[in-house]
Amino acid sequence: MNIFDVIGPIMIGPSSSHTAGAVRLGNLALAILGEAVKEAVIGLHGSFAQTYRGHGTDLALAAGLQGWATDDTRIPKSLELAKEAGIVISFSTVNLGDLAHPNSVRFWLTGANGNTCAVTGTSVGGGRVVVTNIDDFPVEFSGDFPAILTMHRDRPGAIALVTSILSTQGVNVAQMKVFRKQKGGLAAMIVETDQPIDDAAFEVIGKLPHIQAVRRIQLI
Amino acid sequence: MEEKLSLQEWIDLAEQENKGFGDFCIEFQVKELEIDKATLLGRMEEMLDVMEQSVEIGLTGITSMGGLVGGNGKKIEAYRTESPDKSIVGSVMSKAIMIALAIGEANASMGRIVAAPTAGASGTLPAVLFSLAEARGFSKLELAKALVVAGVIGMVIASRASLSGAAGGCQAECGSAAAMAAGAAVELYGGNPRQVGQGVALTLKNMLGLVCDPVAGLVEVPCVKRNAGAAAQAMVAAEMALAGISSVIPVDEVIDAMAAVGNAMSCTLKETAQGGLAVSPTGVAVANHLFAKVEPEKK
Repeated sequence: MNIFDVIGPIMIGPSSSHTAGAVRLGNLALAILGEAVKEAVIGLHGSFAQTYRGHGTDLALAAGLQGWATDDTRIPKSLELAKEAGIVISFSTVNLGDLAHPNSVRFWLTGANGNTCAVTGTSVGGGRVVVTNIDDFPVEFSGDFPAILTMHRDRPGAIALVTSILSTQGVNVAQMKVFRKQKGGLAAMIVETDQPIDDAAFEVIGKLPHIQAVRRIQLI
Repeated sequence: MEEKLSLQEWIDLAEQENKGFGDFCIEFQVKELEIDKATLLGRMEEMLDVMEQSVEIGLTGITSMGGLVGGNGKKIEAYRTESPDKSIVGSVMSKAIMIALAIGEANASMGRIVAAPTAGASGTLPAVLFSLAEARGFSKLELAKALVVAGVIGMVIASRASLSGAAGGCQAECGSAAAMAAGAAVELYGGNPRQVGQGVALTLKNMLGLVCDPVAGLVEVPCVKRNAGAAAQAMVAAEMALAGISSVIPVDEVIDAMAAVGNAMSCTLKETAQGGLAVSPTGVAVANHLFAKVEPEKK
């Protein structure tokens, strides 16, 4: 925690967890989709489902999906503006289970180019968030670091190829996690880094063997 | 486990080096953040600008998202300017009350605010800073410096206890905001580092045990008015500290006591809206009314 976590962030009220955190969850879901959102079905769990309107959580999530920052003064009008931009957003309540944090949300997103993804995330307090599931892969990352996310085939060397590209670009790995459903099947990897990943490295990683999809998460 | 920060340690260091606590905090943050002094204070000045704008938003008399608060900052402003002789607490504190309410109301109506340390407690610190600035003509730079002091105090509280109502109750939100404001006020009035620490200790002692019991789970009732109370607590403590009054219990121990009280507090009293005012008959009726209106469509 640094001093600007205490004096700050500058944000649209009323709640760091239910409003600012919701914007950031929308931002991360957008980054994971990797293209502009065309359609979003948003499931609200627990306290998010109960108090979303009083906290503007719905407006904040819609703002986040449009790539806006937590202090964007358009947030109170985000649903209206999304509609004008032709983005279809609908809300429902979901039950993500007793173990899920009360401030959780699940996005089902369809992008302008037809990509889809399902992302679950939690607002853990003070505007900090954690993404916990992407396309049924249990993951864990916060968006506090720049990151790349890969979907790749579980093969020897698939991971080393990615990290070697990063090292040649002078990008230091802060944390990384790999998830797979079954041996040799599809796997997901989150690499959080100390430096941003530039366009060139990002493009090369996308063309590596075994990589099916790659996404880049910039600092938000 | 990460080592806990100690406010006493930094107070002692500042005194050894014969520095004001503000200068000490700035030097230390400049190193920690690897930025220069002008950048640090410049960012704090930006925060002050946003805080000032939040007051303006609040004074337009807006109504909150849940419809439970709004217009009260405006009422105090009218009362204090139209009949100043009728103010019980005097011009400085009545201004602080006005600012705390106005920013709390701006926050509750989706206005732009600076979380300090949280959105729910965002009215307290600017209330104290701006009312004192009007009384004594402090410059923006002096206020920015005081914000650094407030921030450092908040970092210590976050490290030893918590700044979140869900973890520590309202003492962790409005209590921490008030403690930060008291330290900043002592700094502004030329208190020494030890007196800054006393301001923090005395504030937290007077706010220990304050529960987080938001009606309908919204950052409206009692949050907005509690910011006004917290600002007053900060001023009372700062006044005592400047007069040379000490807390018998040292500041780090008071913060640790706040953590222990927060841990002992029932979950019903930590932002879950299951205790306190939230379950009063009126609180429940308000919640039922709001939820009847906002129940999302089932898929």
